[in-house]
Amino acid sequence: MTVKHVHELDRVVIRFAGDSGDGMQLTGDRFTAETASFGNDLSTLPNFPAEIRAPAGTLPGVSSFQLHFANYDILTPGDAPDVLVAMNPAALKANLPDVPKGATIIVDTGDFTPRALKKVGWDTSPLEDNTLSAYKVHALDLSGITMEALAPFELSRKDASRSKNMFALGLLSWMYGRSIDGTVKFLHEKFATRETIRDANVAALKAGWNYGETTEEFAVSYEVKPAAMPAGTYRNITGNLALSYGLIAAARQSGLPLFLGSYPITPASDILHELSKHKRFGVRTFQAEDEVAAIGAALGASFGGALGVTTTSGPGVALKGETVGLAVSLELPLVIVDVQRGGPSTGLPTKTEQADLLQVLYGRNGESPVPVVAASSPSDCFHAAIEAVRIAVTYRTPVFLLSDGYLANGSEPWHVPDVESLPTIDPGFATELNHDGEGERDFWPYLRDPETLARPWAVPGTPGLEHRIGGIEKLDGPGTISYDPNNHERMVRLRQAKVDGIAGVPDLEVEDPSGAARLLVVGWGSTYGPIGAAVRRARKAGHNVAQAHLRHLNPMPANTGDLLRSYDRVLVPEMNLGQLALLLRGKYLVDVVGYNRVRGLPFKAEELADVIMEEVGAL
Amino acid sequence: MTAPVELGRPGLAGVPTTDVKQTKKDFTSDQEVRWCPGCGDYAVLAAVQGFLPDLGLARENIVFVSGIGCSSRFPYYMNTYGMHSIHGRAPAIATGLAASRPDLSVWVITGDGDALSIGGNHLIHALRRNVNLTILLFNNRIYGLTKGQYSPTSEQGKITKSTPMGSLEAPFNPVSLALGAEATFVGRTIDSDRQHLTSVLSAAAAHRGTSLVEIYQNCNIFNDGAFEILKNRDSRDEVLIRLEHGEPVRFGADGQHGVRRNPSTGSLEVCAGDDPGVIVHDATADDPTQAFALSRLADPGTLARSPIGVFRQVERPAYGDLMATQLDEAADKHGPGDLQALLRGNDPWTVG
Ligand SMILES: Cc1ncc(C[n+]2csc(CCOP(=O)(O)OP(=O)(O)O)c2C)c(N)n1
Ligand code: SF4
Ligand SMILES: [Mg+2]
Repeated sequence: MTVKHVHELDRVVIRFAGDSGDGMQLTGDRFTAETASFGNDLSTLPNFPAEIRAPAGTLPGVSSFQLHFANYDILTPGDAPDVLVAMNPAALKANLPDVPKGATIIVDTGDFTPRALKKVGWDTSPLEDNTLSAYKVHALDLSGITMEALAPFELSRKDASRSKNMFALGLLSWMYGRSIDGTVKFLHEKFATRETIRDANVAALKAGWNYGETTEEFAVSYEVKPAAMPAGTYRNITGNLALSYGLIAAARQSGLPLFLGSYPITPASDILHELSKHKRFGVRTFQAEDEVAAIGAALGASFGGALGVTTTSGPGVALKGETVGLAVSLELPLVIVDVQRGGPSTGLPTKTEQADLLQVLYGRNGESPVPVVAASSPSDCFHAAIEAVRIAVTYRTPVFLLSDGYLANGSEPWHVPDVESLPTIDPGFATELNHDGEGERDFWPYLRDPETLARPWAVPGTPGLEHRIGGIEKLDGPGTISYDPNNHERMVRLRQAKVDGIAGVPDLEVEDPSGAARLLVVGWGSTYGPIGAAVRRARKAGHNVAQAHLRHLNPMPANTGDLLRSYDRVLVPEMNLGQLALLLRGKYLVDVVGYNRVRGLPFKAEELADVIMEEVGAL
Repeated sequence: MTAPVELGRPGLAGVPTTDVKQTKKDFTSDQEVRWCPGCGDYAVLAAVQGFLPDLGLARENIVFVSGIGCSSRFPYYMNTYGMHSIHGRAPAIATGLAASRPDLSVWVITGDGDALSIGGNHLIHALRRNVNLTILLFNNRIYGLTKGQYSPTSEQGKITKSTPMGSLEAPFNPVSLALGAEATFVGRTIDSDRQHLTSVLSAAAAHRGTSLVEIYQNCNIFNDGAFEILKNRDSRDEVLIRLEHGEPVRFGADGQHGVRRNPSTGSLEVCAGDDPGVIVHDATADDPTQAFALSRLADPGTLARSPIGVFRQVERPAYGDLMATQLDEAADKHGPGDLQALLRGNDPWTVG
């Protein structure tokens, strides 16, 4: 056996790509789990077609999973893969444009038949012409080797070749020194009742590892040392999972039973799936007949003293608009989660975008102020959810919580919080009469707390506080129907003042190590990672750049205007055509410049760094 | 009038009661009622306020949720908890409330436009799920609040502001619709018949699951006399069929008409009252076929031969009860939730 060398690297980006049926998401998830427990920092980007099973071997059917891991803290899933694992011609063709020259390509030649090549428009095999001459190519018959390795199991050809993803995972695990023990355990649990499948997958996984170790095809393996992270317990988590857990935690911290009304829609459905598993936490999940019913039921539950939540994506938000307006008028707590995707209309269901900001702020009739909180990374979805609930409960208001397709499915290590350290949220239900009426005490459902301007939340079952609320304008205080012009103006302004005055929105913080930056880059939502990575690059290249990121989009931090005005130039990168930029210009009269891309993919750090350096250069 | 059939867990089980004697006044709010003088809605309000004291429920555990329309102003006049929501969505809102609060008696007030046009989807799904709600559908066969357009229950050819040459659409029969939507309780009554109204509403309230009661309600401004043939002393006996559970289906001043099954078509038809084939009404029959056939007797235009009373009253677990059972089962099986363990997950690692 040849002696194998180990090269040390500080970071690697790997992309697994194959047919939708090849199990690439699972392969990526497992490699991520191995990498997470090894102690690297990491960030992932799954990318899959909207079709469940597009025709096999075609370009639209390609599914991929990109993973960036490093021995330091990283912010993005990486711009371009250092290693592409392509399981068929379509996967190679679809992903090749993203692979930089010099990168490594491991390709399964098992399906490189003339027919399969034709399907993707190749007349000759790229393995035989010079299409791949600029890359380090390992052309291996992964399917064939897997089938050979699984011969003792006497599986059908089809079943045996299905394990080729595990073979690839084993090989990559060897290459990067990851332990496969966790995956073996995982396979044992997943296929507990199907022994042959279980054993075949484990065998394929181990065969992949051994293949790397024994063949001369791979002379070196790589080592990426663990990243230094603060002491504590960690786990890997996706945005949708973190958001679900944040809602459960917020329910516990407020003592309110969680009620989710939802209608399935990509990329939000996993929150419905996840919360449906946690009935023992007292979580009620209701799969409604449509988005209107979903939010209606959540609002009805809130009226009854539950923590009403509804989860959806942009098209669902459009349908929920009228009920959000009702919640604004009723002044009841409600959290509306919008996991944004490419729009308009059905748009790009499985791709990311942040083009619903103006919809959630202004997509309703009348003056209808709603607080908006946006998560900035997968794990941040946990804390953003708690913050959304805090505002909703404290101020008796609907709150939009924004995530997006990238945060929803992307993952990163998460420093698991001690639940005792989580903030408590006081629902402060009304139980007493609150007003001196004619000769007797009575209850005014719209008598506001002078500090928060929140109204009392008196739930059915509370004796003596029976009252009626509705969407018709209410008399300030008693809450009875009122069409009085001056009262309407007062109520419109009161509702606005309540949202404007939400306390606990921290000042916008600026990160500028030089203290001398003249350019400020401002973002919101999931662009946090890419902007951060780009800013680092620009600084490394010798430029002074400041970065600030908005978590509260409504109300915005009190110092936002002053801060923007204190820089010579403000750059706002967004995955839309300039929605935050419009708000900042309108609110603060600052001539911000936008950088806008809507490709359904997160920004690349390199691309953004170039834009930033250009802006600095122009100063 | 036959007493309501007792079936399993009564509709109001779990709703706290009171020993304090209640009167109609206890259920009357201080808000001035603003329906047009002569509107049928007044009679329904009076009947509901009048019979609620008989239930003896804690007033604070009663909630009225409505949509939008003249009838949907109803909750403002009830001294209970209430929500006047948005057009068509009351069943959905009430579903969330009832499913999360089994200790409440939840009522939905809706109109023919509210329930069957904009809110049709929510109505059928509430019925299918059997959420513990009592839905009062005020059918005046017109859009009252928007000043007189035809509605989904208006007879075909109806001349209104939006249909100057007559409406083109076939109307819904709300009872047929509800039966088709898997409803467990379906009744129909008339605003002007206080006694009948009260008996059907009492049976509906006592039912666990969704009860739908269609109330023929006169809009004297935009559709006056829509139910006149069913109310007028001279005509009503000939065209109104009073259903009573366990009784033969007969009508006419002296019971001279009956309803029997046509053996060759299977549908129901009118016959002589003493015909040996006169059917007996069984609201509790599992199979809704006969209840549906009864609902089809009414002429979709004139409403002649409209049956009123309880068409169907069968037992099926209520949605909220099933949901609560699942929560209990999950906690019994796995213990109450441990948040810290949940957050840590199965694959945590420690950095020293
Ligand atoms: C979203 C929306 N669309 C339209 C309306 C206008 N609108 C109010 S009530 C109504 C019809 C009500 O008819 P019905 O439910 O039969 O109630 P009625 O007034 O007859 O009792 C309409 C169209 C509205 N309030 N909201
Ligand atoms: S318009 Fe008709 S339904 Fe509305 S209040 Fe007047 S009479 Fe009643
Ligand atoms: Mg009507």
